[in-house]
Amino acid sequence: MTKPAKLACKALWKVYGDSTAVGHVFGAEIFPPDSSVLDNFGLIGAVQHASLDIAEGEIFVIMGLSGSGKSTLVRLLAGLIKPSFGEIFVDGQDLLKMSEKELIELRRHKMGMVFQHFALLPHLSVLQNVAFPLIIQGMDKPSAQGRAAEVIKLVGLEGREHYFPRELSGGQQQRVGIARSLAVEPELWFLDEPFSALDPLIRREMQDEFLRLQAMLKKTIVFITHDFDEAIRLADRIAIMKDGCIVQVDTPEGLVLDPATDYVREFTRHIPRDKVVSIGAIMQQGDGAGDGIPASAPIAEVAKQVVASDVPLRVIDAAGAPVGKVDREAVIAVLVGE
Amino acid sequence: MSARLGIWLGLFGLTLGLSLTSLGPDWLRVYPDAWVLPLKDSISGAMKWLVEQANFGLFTFTQATRGLAWLIEQPYNLVRNLLESGFMDGVGRRAEQIVPPVSWLAVIAAVVALGHYAKDWILALVVGLAFTYLAVFGQWESAMVTLASVLIAVPIGVGVGLWLGILAYRHRSFELILKPVLDLMQTIPIFAYLVPILFMFGFGPVSALVATVIYAMPPMVRITIMALHGVDPEVVDFGTMAGCNRRQMTWRILIPAAQKHLMVGVNQVIMLSLNMVIIASMIGAGGLGFDVLSALRRLQIGKGFEAGIAIVVLAIAIDRLSQAFAERAGRITAKPTGPLWRRYPRSTLVLGVLVITGLLGLVWPVFQTFPERSALTTGSFWNDGIKYLNINFFDTFEAVKLFFLNFFMLPVKRFFLGIPWPWALVMITALGWRFGGWRLALMALVMAALIVVTGLWEKAMITVYLCGASVVIASVIGIPVGVLAGVSARAGSVIGVVIDTLQTLPSFVYLIPVVMLFRIGDFTAMVAIVAYAVVPAVRYAAHGVRHVSGNLIEAGVVCGCTRTQILRHIRLPLALPEILLGLNQTIMLALSMLVITALVGTRDLGQEVYIALVKADVGRGIVAGLAIAFIAIIADRMITAGAKAARIRYGLEETHG
Ligand SMILES: Nc1ncnc2c1ncn2[C@@H]1O[C@H](COP(=O)(O)OP(=O)(O)OP(=O)(O)O)[C@@H](O)[C@H]1O
Ligand SMILES: [Mg+2]
Repeated sequence: MTKPAKLACKALWKVYGDSTAVGHVFGAEIFPPDSSVLDNFGLIGAVQHASLDIAEGEIFVIMGLSGSGKSTLVRLLAGLIKPSFGEIFVDGQDLLKMSEKELIELRRHKMGMVFQHFALLPHLSVLQNVAFPLIIQGMDKPSAQGRAAEVIKLVGLEGREHYFPRELSGGQQQRVGIARSLAVEPELWFLDEPFSALDPLIRREMQDEFLRLQAMLKKTIVFITHDFDEAIRLADRIAIMKDGCIVQVDTPEGLVLDPATDYVREFTRHIPRDKVVSIGAIMQQGDGAGDGIPASAPIAEVAKQVVASDVPLRVIDAAGAPVGKVDREAVIAVLVGE
Repeated sequence: MSARLGIWLGLFGLTLGLSLTSLGPDWLRVYPDAWVLPLKDSISGAMKWLVEQANFGLFTFTQATRGLAWLIEQPYNLVRNLLESGFMDGVGRRAEQIVPPVSWLAVIAAVVALGHYAKDWILALVVGLAFTYLAVFGQWESAMVTLASVLIAVPIGVGVGLWLGILAYRHRSFELILKPVLDLMQTIPIFAYLVPILFMFGFGPVSALVATVIYAMPPMVRITIMALHGVDPEVVDFGTMAGCNRRQMTWRILIPAAQKHLMVGVNQVIMLSLNMVIIASMIGAGGLGFDVLSALRRLQIGKGFEAGIAIVVLAIAIDRLSQAFAERAGRITAKPTGPLWRRYPRSTLVLGVLVITGLLGLVWPVFQTFPERSALTTGSFWNDGIKYLNINFFDTFEAVKLFFLNFFMLPVKRFFLGIPWPWALVMITALGWRFGGWRLALMALVMAALIVVTGLWEKAMITVYLCGASVVIASVIGIPVGVLAGVSARAGSVIGVVIDTLQTLPSFVYLIPVVMLFRIGDFTAMVAIVAYAVVPAVRYAAHGVRHVSGNLIEAGVVCGCTRTQILRHIRLPLALPEILLGLNQTIMLALSMLVITALVGTRDLGQEVYIALVKADVGRGIVAGLAIAFIAIIADRMITAGAKAARIRYGLEETHG
């Protein structure tokens, strides 16, 4: 990554259990504790030794099975809970050294969050819900509602400003949740399994919506999911968690081509590789025919073209310069799953 | 198991023997006066010092209580002037009314509007009729005084309860302190703290309001804590992420999100405040409660009935209204727009009625106050009714009363009074140890010993006998009825309605008809206590029987059990913990009704407090109040521990925890 990290953490731990035992574990001698040490003290290591750098404008997806510590990690990054150990930086500023007041300011202006079960306030209308964070900041009511109306339009809910949350479908409610988190124009956007309470069709629609918004807004995003399909559709990079540890951080393609552990291999086994692996990963030395296929294109997108051609095709980089060739056999090998 | 049972049966036999044979010297049964610790006098002295000399630096104790009293008195006077007496210029006899109170028609219009706003036309009609009843039957002024005190007590109770609940939610350590205090407040009968309140605030509405608030507030605190903890954690997280500070978090996120549950608490406060109406009139509340009390004292049957029914009518109207508001809190409707009178049609209407009837009232008084001479009275009807019953069925009533007295109450009384107090202390300690280990044993011993050394043993035993006998009767009636309600859906719905109604009635109301029929004495006290305390016995038994896990019932059916066998072998044993909790509640309610025993002339702790109230003898009142509280606490702790043991035995609860 060439850009500076927007959000970073170093050796971050969150351990639940008896507080004296927690203090003991992070005493100098046994640091960093491994899982047997935690077990001996009867502690739960919800997040263990997490280090991440998330770049500006990146969609960073955290995924893992239920109970692997995803929510805990994102709540740590958002400053909702205090870590047992470690450091967190937002724009290079140490989150843990901030006063309560600075934290409140940070949340009011730089952070937004979307919740799994929407967390809408039942006593407020759609408009009031979306305007809520603005009112909390101290914005006057007319401008807050004006701004809220804009964001509601952005998520395609205009005309429903005066509905109450219980009068909306799940997908619509989550649109309100998204609008509400965007109203303050946050730089950092946290989404904790935002679509997992929705049924598959709506989920797909919301994912498209999300990508559309991100294309316009270019936020720095931390997105949690336990659904790998969702992760590869959305992610620039993915962190895979298991039992509180981050096992691997990589692009979707990297995870599939070069899994760090058996766990990751198992995890990614059922992923259709052609959607993840790019042409660049299977091209060969040399040059081919045609006007060139971008090296970064997923195989699935260009498979038809390659397979239809009798001769190897040219592969080009982002600048348009030829970098190699790809032939029918290589693509078919991926498609039939070797 | 059976050996243990044998030991306890043996101990009981021994106690019975000791009680009947009256062996040994007299001081074993009657604690000698010479040995009594002068605790009363020390407490009186301490209180006197508190009032006359205590100084907290900036202000004295008396200044503090006066200040508090002033704070409570201002809004109370305002509301009372509005509703009942009007605004006066000058004092005493020469005072002249400059602004009349709100006319009766305007008040009725207001409650009808509230009913319609909260729910629908039916509710509007019900509360409208209730208030019309108060006017037409000549109870208006007293009812407005009572309403004024409820209108003041409820906001204070809700406000303070909410505040304490929020504090406890924010600070875990405060919650840890508050919880046991709340438990204690709910076990101590209100009667125990009337005297100190009277002593600090003097006879009058302020004392009554303070007592009412203390009595009615604990459920609000509890419900607030529970409701705030129950708010969806995601919503709380959202509040934090939106950058709410603490105040915004509390008032814009937590309270609105918990609103529905909080309204249940408000309803509780209202009901308990109404429950206190008569007791509070012992220390100066006035209004309907005072009417009942003075009618009872003078045995004016008809008047007592009328005022009692008025309390019931008022209670039902206010209860239905507040419940409707609680339900309304859940459904939010969009606000209409337009000119002011269109947005607030009801308020406009009420305001109109207020102004018009006020102006018309200046010319024709009937618009201002319901004319006294057209007021209907049912007094003579009740008088005649009671007279009729007494003339024609006197022998029957007398026979029933004598039967109970001779074959049940007096033997129980003799048994309790005959137990030598040192042996009683031993037994109480043993029971404490059996149910809750050495800690409970020690606590029970200390409390019982304190009752002994303050010279209140005999009165305490009469209290125990009276409550014990009432609780036995209440259980004998209540538990089978509850079981019936639990197994049969049809019976359940009928019994449910009856129980709900019984619970809305203020405790004192039960006393009026009973006194009229059986005159004063232990039996009357018992009947009134049973009528009041039977409710939880029914309710808990029904709940326990109904909620036995369906799997177990099916298992029984598969084994070929008949319905009776299922009831006997599965439902009843598993409902036992629940039934025990109901028993506990029954005992607590019975103890809280001790206040009435004073009025019907029994010689127990209730009477002791009553005398202290009349004589303003603060030491005596506090000591007797503490004795009542001790009995309540011992009974509560033992039964709670017993119920818990039963739950653990059936695996319904973990051993630790
Ligand atoms: N407040 C807490 N006290 C104790 N343990 C906790 C607490 N919060 C989380 N944990 C534990 O930490 C672990 C990680 O929980 P977390 O909620 O982060 O998982 P998750 O990956 O978000 O799971 P899910 O997909 O179900 O949301 C779990 O084992 C959980 O039991
Ligand atoms: Mg989670």
